[in-house]
Amino acid sequence: MIRSVFSDKTILWAFVGFAILSLIGTLLPNWVLNNAMFGLARGLAVLGLLLMWRTGLISFGHALYFGLGAYAVAMLEKFTGTTDIFLRLLAALIVAGGVGFVIGLVLRHYRGIFFAMLSLAFSMVLYGVLVKTEALGSTDGFSVSQTTFLGWRPSSKYPLFLSIIAICLLATIGVQLYLRSALGHLTTSVRDNEIRVEYLGYSVARAVHVKYVISCALAGVAGALIAMALGQVDPDSMVNWTVSGELVFITIMSGPGSVVAPFIGAITFEFLRTFAFEWAPHAWQLIVGGTLLGIIFFLPEGLWSLIRRLWTKKERRRDRYTSSAGARSA
Amino acid sequence: MRDNMFGNGLRVVALGAVAGVTALASPSPADTSFKVAVVSFLTGPAAGPFGVPGRNGAELVIDAINGGTMPAPYETAGFGGLQLEAIFADESGGNAKQVAEYRNLVEKQGVDAVLGYISSGSCMSVAPVAEELQTLTVMSVCGTPRLFEGSDWNYTFRTQAHAVGDSVAAALYIRDQLGDVSSYSGINQNYAWGQDSWKFFDIAMQKLSPESRASDNPQFPKLFAGQYGTEISTLLLEDSELVHSSFWDGDIEAFVLQASVRGFFDKKKFISVAGASAIDNLGKRFPTGTVIGTRGEFGIIVRNQEGELNEWFINAYRERYGVYPLESSYQYAQSVLALKAAMDKAAAESGEVPNTDRIIGAMTGLDFVSIAGDVSFALGNGHQAIHPVSYGVTAWDDGKDEPTVVDVRVYPANCILPPAGQLSEDWLEAGMPGSDC
Repeated sequence: MIRSVFSDKTILWAFVGFAILSLIGTLLPNWVLNNAMFGLARGLAVLGLLLMWRTGLISFGHALYFGLGAYAVAMLEKFTGTTDIFLRLLAALIVAGGVGFVIGLVLRHYRGIFFAMLSLAFSMVLYGVLVKTEALGSTDGFSVSQTTFLGWRPSSKYPLFLSIIAICLLATIGVQLYLRSALGHLTTSVRDNEIRVEYLGYSVARAVHVKYVISCALAGVAGALIAMALGQVDPDSMVNWTVSGELVFITIMSGPGSVVAPFIGAITFEFLRTFAFEWAPHAWQLIVGGTLLGIIFFLPEGLWSLIRRLWTKKERRRDRYTSSAGARSA
Repeated sequence: MRDNMFGNGLRVVALGAVAGVTALASPSPADTSFKVAVVSFLTGPAAGPFGVPGRNGAELVIDAINGGTMPAPYETAGFGGLQLEAIFADESGGNAKQVAEYRNLVEKQGVDAVLGYISSGSCMSVAPVAEELQTLTVMSVCGTPRLFEGSDWNYTFRTQAHAVGDSVAAALYIRDQLGDVSSYSGINQNYAWGQDSWKFFDIAMQKLSPESRASDNPQFPKLFAGQYGTEISTLLLEDSELVHSSFWDGDIEAFVLQASVRGFFDKKKFISVAGASAIDNLGKRFPTGTVIGTRGEFGIIVRNQEGELNEWFINAYRERYGVYPLESSYQYAQSVLALKAAMDKAAAESGEVPNTDRIIGAMTGLDFVSIAGDVSFALGNGHQAIHPVSYGVTAWDDGKDEPTVVDVRVYPANCILPPAGQLSEDWLEAGMPGSDC
């Protein structure tokens, strides 16, 4: 089994990549570590969206699960005082996965714009409730205390960074194995021809539902990890539709090519935003938006296509299309 | 060909971007400089009325002190012998974003101190991180008393008195100037500042005007909502004589414009606790006869007040930015002056270049002179400032053809704020014992 897992090139490289990252992490200054943690955690949510995208579905409401995960951490602390990483993650996983399962019962029957808008509507319900309820922190949200590991309170950020890397690696391997399974192979088939899939004897609704719940659970864990890395939750940064938009943004930016792509895209996004914010405090949104336009125009397959191009020798020879200046400047 | 031109254009843009970035990022560190991040809303609905005037107020005073051109008592150049190097950052994007950016400011950009913050949400979420990163943080505008009640911060200071002062002064002004108000309602933003403002105003009214009846349906729209049609209808249908609002930023402008066309201000008396920025921005469209406060001796209320520092500030600000300084310009300038006073004191006491610990020691419990009045760090173990709060009524000055405020009353700090060590809500509920008006 283990051999077969590592015979998968993507998994092998993900393993190597995350291992290198965890080693580099000991040398990185705190701010890079912070942004890397935000990026990796967000990448987890994007990984879920990638799964949906490959099925031909775009969710504009994954901030619902992202927020549920983050608020599960904050609420757990508020009502029980628990700061343990395992309990926090478990709470986020149960809440986000559970709600995702119930909402999935409805959403699995919808496709395209209806799916996107319905998921958006569900997420804005949570946003409305949080903003209106003073007991849930209203627009101010809550501070989240430092994470402990079975009672141990580390003095640096590194243990949390390492945990995030471990979770991301597990999720990457899990999703990759799932995509290779029979059910996973249905992903693109559902997008291409639902009727044919039904005739093969599979339930399309169930296939969509399973993927939806997986992506919800991933978004919930992502939200929990960001809440822990940041030390703050609030509806505007965690649950608002702009957060869903951001996740879709990173998904497009990363490209659907590989399960590793979301992490590359999300970390790039995090640093792009940090530098844009620093260099152009009056117009940082413009830079972020402009970058997405550039990527859609010049790299329709996302950042991953750049990496794949470097990888494949055959494609490395620049043909006319890839040598356009846009591809390089983007 | 077209593709080629496009490509060239992009190349030029990319080169320009790289050049610009290099120029901006070129470091200018010196041993004699003290790097401070000034955070305010630079984008979004709060940028125009609060963020940018605040940023400008800080910039003006920082440059004047660096160059030694301020009037007394701040005529010496520099901050405790150091030049202050300011970088400006945006407060938009939500609390979590602010926490992330605060970490970047300290850990990436290496600032020595952070100054500013307008939203109570930002202040509440940043204070714990300031402790964690052990960075001096001087907050300028935010108003929620929760910041120092229930938490002891070592690295955080606030130069703005908290919301209790604004609310008690509002209730006092209503009693003193409007006489008996049979009933009152409110429209406040649904977050720490709005909730607290209404709560404290309500208790203060019950204590000061016990005959007056509170509405059982005060309105709490979301911060930056921008549309208030339903809230205005609800308020108009009620029989409340007076409406209280702690709206600020673009929300007060939106509300005033939407309420005016429906005759709201002909039917209701209106008290705006923090909306004075809208008077200058809306001009004649802002209704006269509105009770207005600026949360201190700031902005339009002290525009005609004499005093060397105040006159210098107004003239220098108008000369540089072409408009009058607003409330937040004074509030940000006040934070800079607190830093100046504390750093000078720290340098004089130790005879050395001030560091964070010495500045904190000097700032704790400090009394200093602000642009248009005196301030002292009297609450929150010497970290929370108190100062007088003024209210007045809007009018139009035909001579100057500009808005003005008349019937101004100044309420001293020890009249409107609880004594040290007492929780605001307990003090209000107990009937404000020790209040000296």
